[in-house]
Amino acid sequence: MTVNDALFQYTLRLGDTNLILGQRLSEWTGHGPFLEEDLALTNITLDITGTAKSLLEYAALVEGKSRTADDLAYLRNDRHYFNAQITELPNGDYARTIVRQAIIDCFDFYFYTELAKSKDETLAGIAQKSIKEVTYHLRHTASWVERFGDGTEESHNKAQTALNELWQYTGELFEMNEIDEILIQEGIAVDLNLVKAKWELYMTDLLQKSNLVKPENVFMQTGSRKGIHTEYLAFILAEMQALPRMYPDAKW
Amino acid sequence: MSDNQGPVWEIFLQKKAGQPFVHCGSLHAYDKEMALQNARDLYTRRGEGISIWAVPSNAIVASSPEDIGPFFEPSNDKVYRHPTFYQIPDAIGHM
Repeated sequence: MTVNDALFQYTLRLGDTNLILGQRLSEWTGHGPFLEEDLALTNITLDITGTAKSLLEYAALVEGKSRTADDLAYLRNDRHYFNAQITELPNGDYARTIVRQAIIDCFDFYFYTELAKSKDETLAGIAQKSIKEVTYHLRHTASWVERFGDGTEESHNKAQTALNELWQYTGELFEMNEIDEILIQEGIAVDLNLVKAKWELYMTDLLQKSNLVKPENVFMQTGSRKGIHTEYLAFILAEMQALPRMYPDAKW
Repeated sequence: MSDNQGPVWEIFLQKKAGQPFVHCGSLHAYDKEMALQNARDLYTRRGEGISIWAVPSNAIVASSPEDIGPFFEPSNDKVYRHPTFYQIPDAIGHM
């Protein structure tokens, strides 16, 4: 694998993770628990979708086969998507959406902080912009985790159940393969072991403050790095891609 | 939508450093931190401000419509209170 191939795959992975998460979260728009929170989550969703756009545009450029970001988003099947599985899982109740979001925001915060040091200027630039957004996302979702975890018995149970169900999907976030190895050598990619240590520390502290029990010795799901997904991704793509697939050259 | 949205807060935004905080609307939030976060999401999405004040609505004392007469009408016939008789030097800027 050439460095350019690896860079394309890496950027695609990051782009896909943001795109699918953004698409999933957008289901909440207009259905949030109350107006203010509805807007807050919609803002977060827009930030994430914006990051996806920048990353997929760059991926298309790196690939150099005259595919556009839209082609990448709308004309690939599930087996060619490399988003982390946790992003495609159904939103569930609001506690579950928030717990997942806090897990990902925390990962993103440390990940983009590292990626901002990348030797690839475009990735570093995208990361730099994301850090500011993600800092706010994490503040928002972490305060909700605390509120749910340390709130009523019902909110606590919902948050703990979400945590227990989602934890098995956190291992994947830190998986590295040949793509990472090649790019770490070039000073482009992030060593996810660094991110993992910081993520663990933050999450342990947050869960403790929130009166939630951190799941231990959990079997970790895997597969997305190879394009293997849960049953949910194909349904997201079916909805997201319906229009461009039905009217291939539609302009809007 | 839940009917348990927390108390109402009044939100004031400052457009630029040195300028006064101007009331821009209200919102629901359970506590101070959440009031600030919600204000940021509701009222500053298009670069409207650089600083936010959030004040619990029940901390505001308001005059009532019946007070219009005794409160405000006595000033109507006292034009000499208006600073229109002075030239304001440019250096002072907005007042």
